Amino acid sequence: MLKASAATRVAVLELALLVVFAVLPAALQEFRVVFVTRVMILALLALSFDLVWGFAGIMSFGQALFFGAAGYTVALLARDAGITSIFVVLPAALGVGLVLAFVVAAFLLLGRHPPSLTFVALGTLTGSYAADRLARGWYYLGGQNGIPSIPPMTAGPLQITEGLAYYYLALAVLVATYAACRFLVRSQLGLALAGVRINEARMAFFGYRVQSLKAIVFSVAGAIGGLAGGLYAFHEGFVWPNMLGVILSTQIVLYALFGGVGTLIGAVVGVVAIEIVSFVLADAYPTIWPIILGLLLLLVILFRPGGLISVLVPRRERIAVLGLARLGPPSAQAEAVDGAA
Amino acid sequence: MALLEAHGVAKIFGQLAALSDVDFVVEDGQLHGLIGPNGSGKSTLLKCIAGAELPTRGRIQLGGRDITAATPSERARAGLSLKFQVTSVFPELSVYHNVLLALQAHDPLASLTFSRTRDRLHGRVMEILAELRLRERAPAPAGVLSHGEQQWLEIAMALASRPRLLLLDEPTGGMSVEERRATGQLLVGLKRSCSMVVVEHDLDFIREICDVLTVLDQGRVLETGTVEQIQKSRKVQEVYLTRV
Repeated sequence: MLKASAATRVAVLELALLVVFAVLPAALQEFRVVFVTRVMILALLALSFDLVWGFAGIMSFGQALFFGAAGYTVALLARDAGITSIFVVLPAALGVGLVLAFVVAAFLLLGRHPPSLTFVALGTLTGSYAADRLARGWYYLGGQNGIPSIPPMTAGPLQITEGLAYYYLALAVLVATYAACRFLVRSQLGLALAGVRINEARMAFFGYRVQSLKAIVFSVAGAIGGLAGGLYAFHEGFVWPNMLGVILSTQIVLYALFGGVGTLIGAVVGVVAIEIVSFVLADAYPTIWPIILGLLLLLVILFRPGGLISVLVPRRERIAVLGLARLGPPSAQAEAVDGAA
Repeated sequence: MALLEAHGVAKIFGQLAALSDVDFVVEDGQLHGLIGPNGSGKSTLLKCIAGAELPTRGRIQLGGRDITAATPSERARAGLSLKFQVTSVFPELSVYHNVLLALQAHDPLASLTFSRTRDRLHGRVMEILAELRLRERAPAPAGVLSHGEQQWLEIAMALASRPRLLLLDEPTGGMSVEERRATGQLLVGLKRSCSMVVVEHDLDFIREICDVLTVLDQGRVLETGTVEQIQKSRKVQEVYLTRV
């Protein structure tokens, strides 16, 4: 019974967050609506990290690479080709993230021998760092200043500017992406990914093409990162090298780990929690807020190493019950809970 | 007809020759035992066949196809399955999911993504679990099974893909007498559907189930023959009397 309720608790949290996000603009001033929009876009990026690390066991320290590259691409489309249509720029952002991630995966994951965790972590980190340096030094991309004054995104004759319209666009993209990821990790493919995360070598002896599986998930996560970057670029109205760099890449890792990986909702919770706490602290303690935030993060890591979501779902249940119950025999949930409890 | 042919297989680790010019042939439908003292190279030969190690020299063919340099995944897809010496079940997953994981390994990506084979495979999962006496344990996490049960689950997973050749490294390790007997019966029954290579220290078990035995000693083949021939072999008796 205990484990069955873990899945229920997460479902309730998912629904509650959806309702809160849906009605929040009615209770917020416009500048706060803009802030929450930014939070939802960053949640997309955190979701992409949770997919690669929490479900496929790929430690990516370079998710900002796909985010920033897609942001720069749509900024250039808008600036140089005058293309701002949502029906072009968002698929373009998604495509850039997908292709770039596949290229990175081909280098890092598709060799004859399975790469180590450290190799992949450093490889992705290097990619992010190199892209940041490239953007800073390339005049065409605006160098240190990036590309300012991106015109608003359009849908036919309508302009989608920051505020309510953009808020609900970001929410719709977040919900659709979350639902797609949820479907993916709870499928038979999700079971295969759980196997890869637990014992990659054993999976190869079953006949799984493990590295190809990982490359596919990495590419899908890159596409999500790219989608987030495209949304972010038009929301902020400018892009700059930090969007590609190590700081944002690391920040996203921190967000996801803070919320708890391997559940999807944990990544969203992590972004929401850190951004809101930062916002409140910066308002109340303008000079020392980063120190307080740092201490809070340390406390959570010390006392809740599984992240905030571990209050609702113990680490073990994340694989055994939460994601895969649908694939098991009817009594799987209860038994698995009893065993783990 | 030979299903597996290994010719001149050598494996060298630094200065140590774990295998030297080993010839090893398994016929279709054969239950082939691989025995020898500790350090004789049994597990290394099994690993070279399964792809966990690549031989330094020599050639390995499965069903006429050269698999010497193939990856474990390619060998599994060619019909080879391995039950590890040390149990390597997925402890966080249920027993049911462990078997499903092995069963769906050759399904295309689209099928996995949309869970298309899930209903079709359910019956097969339960059938395998029943065959291995694990049906009642289906929902339990594999990590809470006893050592003997985990060995059975390993065998269940190795059988799931309906292999042409099943490699079993110490299948009865940690089992009770009753479990060992049942495992022997199961393996003999499986001869109809696949060939097997069994590495085992329990010589009584090997004698009861195997058609052919190969004895390794210091990385070389000492003798190959029927159980009776091996029992009468002076060379084998010397090795077992002097070093075991």
